[in-house]
Amino acid sequence: MGLKTFWHKLGSPRWFYGIANPWRVGFGLAAALLLSVGLVWALVYAPPDYQQGNAFRIFYIHVPSAMIAQSIYIGMGVAGLVLFVWRMKLADVAIAACLPVGMTMTALALFSGGVWGKPTWGTWWEWDGRTVSTLVLLFLYIGIYALRQAIMDPELRGKASALLAIVGTINIPIIKYSVDWWATLHQPATFTLTEKPAMPPEMYLPALVMALGLYSFVGYVILQRMQGLVLEREARTSWVRELAG
Amino acid sequence: MAFESLPDFLAMGGHALYVWLAYGAFALVLAVNLLAARRLKSRALREIRFQARVDRKETCD
Repeated sequence: MGLKTFWHKLGSPRWFYGIANPWRVGFGLAAALLLSVGLVWALVYAPPDYQQGNAFRIFYIHVPSAMIAQSIYIGMGVAGLVLFVWRMKLADVAIAACLPVGMTMTALALFSGGVWGKPTWGTWWEWDGRTVSTLVLLFLYIGIYALRQAIMDPELRGKASALLAIVGTINIPIIKYSVDWWATLHQPATFTLTEKPAMPPEMYLPALVMALGLYSFVGYVILQRMQGLVLEREARTSWVRELAG
Repeated sequence: MAFESLPDFLAMGGHALYVWLAYGAFALVLAVNLLAARRLKSRALREIRFQARVDRKETCD
């Protein structure tokens, strides 16, 4: 199937519901496998840090959850753009499905950061560039969620949340470069596309497995939510009735 | 393995509070996401079935 046909077919909720199933199951299996391997690796087999000791193990959930919190927001921004340019209804479903997942992942990144900060920096909270810009990310998620709750007209609700999702992506490069712009306690990124991580493989490999596992997990959850939302919106159609049995 | 025994593992070299708080939050966030997504879909299916029954009854009457 060509890209153009795929794009065209995404306009059909029924087609999406069907194609989402195998993907969802695949993501679910990958998540179960990767997260169980990753958790044991991170908690039991990875060596303690020579300075931070075992508090370093928080890294294995802090960094993946922060990466995913930002990725989901970028995904929402792209969906917002798709909604504006092609008026694809599925993009609105994607935004709605991403919101609670991204919100909880951002909260987890902030919480695990605080819990990691206490034994390593000596404080639960530091007003530095990265924590503040991540807090802004949480407020953006909450803001779009509240906006969707407040607007009753579906057309307007979709447009308003898409706009806010697009505008809010400005915050993503701010989060990324915050550690370089404002020299603070927060350490710079461990994973970049261009350089090797500044830590041994026995420390960064479990983090990669955890990150891939968490990506699969949110893939599963977002597809599940999207399927649920498609069912709600298409409740009156014959294919949904047939499917529900 | 980084630990000698189970109590050693649970103690996390004196950082038990922080490590287990973080991993506990991780487990909680995953569980909440999983359950909420499942509930959203099953509730939608339940409502569709209910509505279908209502409609069938109306056409029969």
